[in-house]
Amino acid sequence: MIPQAFAYRRANSVAEAIAILQEDSGAKLLAGGHSLLPLMKMRLANPGTLVDISGVKELRGIQRVGDEIVIGALTTHADVAKHPLIRTHLPALAEAAARIGDLQVRNRGTIGGNLAHADPSSDLPAVALAYDARLTVMGPAGRDVLAAEDFFLGPMVTALPDGQVISSVAVPVPASNTRSAYVKCPHPASGYAVVGVAATVTVAADGTVEHARIGVTGAADCAYRAYQVEEALVGQTASLEIIRQAAQYAAEDGSIGSDVYASEEYRRHLCCVYTERVLRKVLL
Amino acid sequence: MSTVFGQVVKRREDPRFITGRGQYTDDVQLPGMLYAAILRSPHAHARIIGIDVEAAKRAPGVVAVYTGRDLAERMGSVPTAWIPPESDLKTPPHRALAVDKVRYVGDGVAMVIADTRYAARDALDLISVQYEVLPAVVNQVEAMENGAPVLHAEAPDNVAFHWQIGNATDEVFAQAEVVVRHTIRQQRLVPNPMEPRASVAQYNPATGELTVWVTSQNPHIHRFVLSGILGIPEHRLRVVATDVGGGFGAKIAVYPDEALVAFAAMDLGRPVKWTEDRREHFLVTTHGRDHVEELELAGTRDGRIQAIRVRAYANMGAYLSTAAPGVPTILFGLIVPGPYTIPYVGVDVYGVFTNTTPTDAYRGAGRPEATYLLERMVDLYAREIRMDPVEVRRRNLIPADEFPYHTPTGLEYDSGNYHLALSRALDMADYDGFRRKQQELRAQGRHVGVGVTTYVEICGLGPSQVAGAVGFQGGLWESSTVRVHPTGKVTVFTGSSPHGQGEETTFAQIVADKLGVLVEDVEVVHGDTARISMGWGTYGSRTTPVAGSALAVALDRVLEKARRIAAHMLEVSAEDVECEDGRFYAKGAKSRSVSFQDVALQAHLAWNLPQGVEPSLEAQAFYDPANFTYSFGTHICMVEVDTDTGDVRIDRYIAVDDCGRVINPMIAEGQVHGGIVQGIGQALWEGAVYDEQGQLVTGTLMDYAMPKARFFPNFETAFTETPSPHNPLGVKGIGETGTIAATPTVVNAVLDALAPFGVREIQMPLTPERVWRSIQEGGQRS
Repeated sequence: MIPQAFAYRRANSVAEAIAILQEDSGAKLLAGGHSLLPLMKMRLANPGTLVDISGVKELRGIQRVGDEIVIGALTTHADVAKHPLIRTHLPALAEAAARIGDLQVRNRGTIGGNLAHADPSSDLPAVALAYDARLTVMGPAGRDVLAAEDFFLGPMVTALPDGQVISSVAVPVPASNTRSAYVKCPHPASGYAVVGVAATVTVAADGTVEHARIGVTGAADCAYRAYQVEEALVGQTASLEIIRQAAQYAAEDGSIGSDVYASEEYRRHLCCVYTERVLRKVLL
Repeated sequence: MSTVFGQVVKRREDPRFITGRGQYTDDVQLPGMLYAAILRSPHAHARIIGIDVEAAKRAPGVVAVYTGRDLAERMGSVPTAWIPPESDLKTPPHRALAVDKVRYVGDGVAMVIADTRYAARDALDLISVQYEVLPAVVNQVEAMENGAPVLHAEAPDNVAFHWQIGNATDEVFAQAEVVVRHTIRQQRLVPNPMEPRASVAQYNPATGELTVWVTSQNPHIHRFVLSGILGIPEHRLRVVATDVGGGFGAKIAVYPDEALVAFAAMDLGRPVKWTEDRREHFLVTTHGRDHVEELELAGTRDGRIQAIRVRAYANMGAYLSTAAPGVPTILFGLIVPGPYTIPYVGVDVYGVFTNTTPTDAYRGAGRPEATYLLERMVDLYAREIRMDPVEVRRRNLIPADEFPYHTPTGLEYDSGNYHLALSRALDMADYDGFRRKQQELRAQGRHVGVGVTTYVEICGLGPSQVAGAVGFQGGLWESSTVRVHPTGKVTVFTGSSPHGQGEETTFAQIVADKLGVLVEDVEVVHGDTARISMGWGTYGSRTTPVAGSALAVALDRVLEKARRIAAHMLEVSAEDVECEDGRFYAKGAKSRSVSFQDVALQAHLAWNLPQGVEPSLEAQAFYDPANFTYSFGTHICMVEVDTDTGDVRIDRYIAVDDCGRVINPMIAEGQVHGGIVQGIGQALWEGAVYDEQGQLVTGTLMDYAMPKARFFPNFETAFTETPSPHNPLGVKGIGETGTIAATPTVVNAVLDALAPFGVREIQMPLTPERVWRSIQEGGQRS
């Protein structure tokens, strides 16, 4: 578990980081390092250069901008978990961030690094999907915005173009009658989600579900939106029966996988169980 | 005398450990030191056609590259040191680096020595090995089938040994009212101490002396074995293992790696260091358990167990590790009858070679396997005869008035009060109340269960004559030297080799108790063959009963001499001297006294010693125990199963253990806690899994689930104290009891919770998926 030799460069601004990525095709960004460095120690990733962006202050911090909460890409999980704006408006994100890894990981790991790495068992992609998050990315041609829904393409594969940097994550502030939560079945070794489900629902005054977003992680080759669960909820009046029926579709929109710890059949089952649990939290 | 024996004293070793000031092997830094990296086979079974090391030799920083062929004539084979009698044990050579064939993923193929650890590691990627991949076999039962791949020509059926003991006959089973038959698998575990293995070697060509620092539980055994592999005489070989960060049995074995490092240091004339990384630890450091067992229990309808019979297939891995053959035979088979009056016992063990990492002792070593199968069978028997499992245990536990008790396997249990430990634990658990509550909760659709284990453990290994009789290629006595300095401060040199168990504290308590000095005035030295004449190390719950007793005997000798000197100083006869709290008094005249420190000073000044008394105040003892000692107890666990997901939640865990007299309750409790955690680790989370090609699928801490503190409730522990009559301190071992008792306790609790579904067996570890599936399948049956 000794990495190959690599060059280390420190970027002091996003522009500088982009410039290094342009000139050195073997370069990888280093933020918290808690996903990349273990891969390097196993020699599964062997970047020639690490571009350390952890000192770029402009990428850190949480603020409200108009109707959005904007989270700098280098904001640590620990800061996300305890920030009043997140806890008040985005409780599912606070819950997910608070359960990532362990204390050391949460103090070093960043929201941008986590989403860019796109581990299929990572917690945050499910939450990003459930909140309709939008990722601002910066590259040599300037700035672009990608919807979370279009971002996760496969195991550790995203829509982030080569040489570009996630600068922030923006989440629309949910309406006051919106509720959200995140539940997870953690792997006993890694703490990653065997299955994690985030849900956001808006319920009208008459009890009808107006809006539902369900993000599922851990079960498939990448995080996905459980569209069929959402469709089964919208327009209905929430009840245990409706929840149970809707939750049966939880595995239908993902490409569910299998490993030594949990089979495809069991993961499908867990998707349904945990979807039911998260919906009970937000709807009952 | 003072009462420091039996008192809570904070562990004196902890401040240096928790502030990063321990001196572990990897902390050794020597001028001019080189670093070793070992190329390991990526195949479980393959012929080596050729190795090209030229590119690696030319790489920057590389000093030398060795292959198996380079060393074949220059180093001996790595031996096994336990040869159970009448077992037809095969000992194919185990080369430090493979010569013709590799036999497991991780088998050493070449070694690079370089200026830095990074250069050594990078050069491994430049070595090109041509393999002819052979079919592999990882399962021990399949390895015994006709046509299975053969690992060693010396064992064409892959059977390394076949060992039997017991008196159970087919007739006993044919005539029994009830026979329960069952097959279980006890999965393979990876020890994972916090500190991985490491070794540093330094050779002095001027004197011919070799010093080896190594992560060892038994530096004198390392010296003994390394001397043979390297051909260097023992008096020129020093082995040092001062601070060792946990071992759990995995640091008993002498591995190829430390022999390779020592060889390179001698060959190159420069110090060499090698430190295992966690990935290597998973692949190369010995694993534990891995049995398949066919079981039969015979009993009466009214709950009397008449016979237990075991056929076990023990997976030994690719080579026989140092103590490995003794683990599934002597340490397993002899204790199969457990704490019960079972008249007939039969144990039949096949040790089998497979293309996997060698197995060896892992905390409990054989005794957890025996206890697991027995306790599982007792519960299945109870279910069969529709009797409460606690009542079955009550009817079969050895009564307190039958000690010493002789088992059909030839053991003599020294002392015990098994019923007392059981009733204490039942009271703490409110067992009857729980059973009532269980009925109520079941009616509400909740599934709670309770598991109860009554166990006995062989500890205090052991009388040397017995060691010889059971094929251990060493003694099992222990040495202790007590050196009293002129100021009355004391240094103890022990042949045991604590690596986390806290004997720097408990041994100081023994000294303080005997001599009346302060605990702070005692230093306990261990883990250095240059400072300690001889010893056999720390394992098998032997340190306190054997090395502690050696210390007690040496202390008596010191005290006896001090009494004679004190008598001379007080001008009375030795019989007229009383000793209390570190002072010697003239009997009947308390005003006339001298302190232990006064006596120590006079002993060293030697201006006025009694006739025939030598100067100085030092004594040595070589203590060979009269017998093993047998700790015992009862553990109880209560769980709730989430039948939607299969998750198991541990609600309560109660442990009542008896390790004879307790020296330090806090340390004893800590040992119990750690043991329980490791035992539950096997029950619920841990398991080394190989695929059919022999690749270790659970080869990192991201895949292999070690227990974490948040998985557990607070443990409720208590001790009963039944002194051992075999040793001067009345002590028994406590380091392995938790691991022995916890695994069946938790599994039986889960199976009790799932009894309404008709579930009889779930393969360990009881992962949520396995539990969930057992409910689905059991539910369909019922």
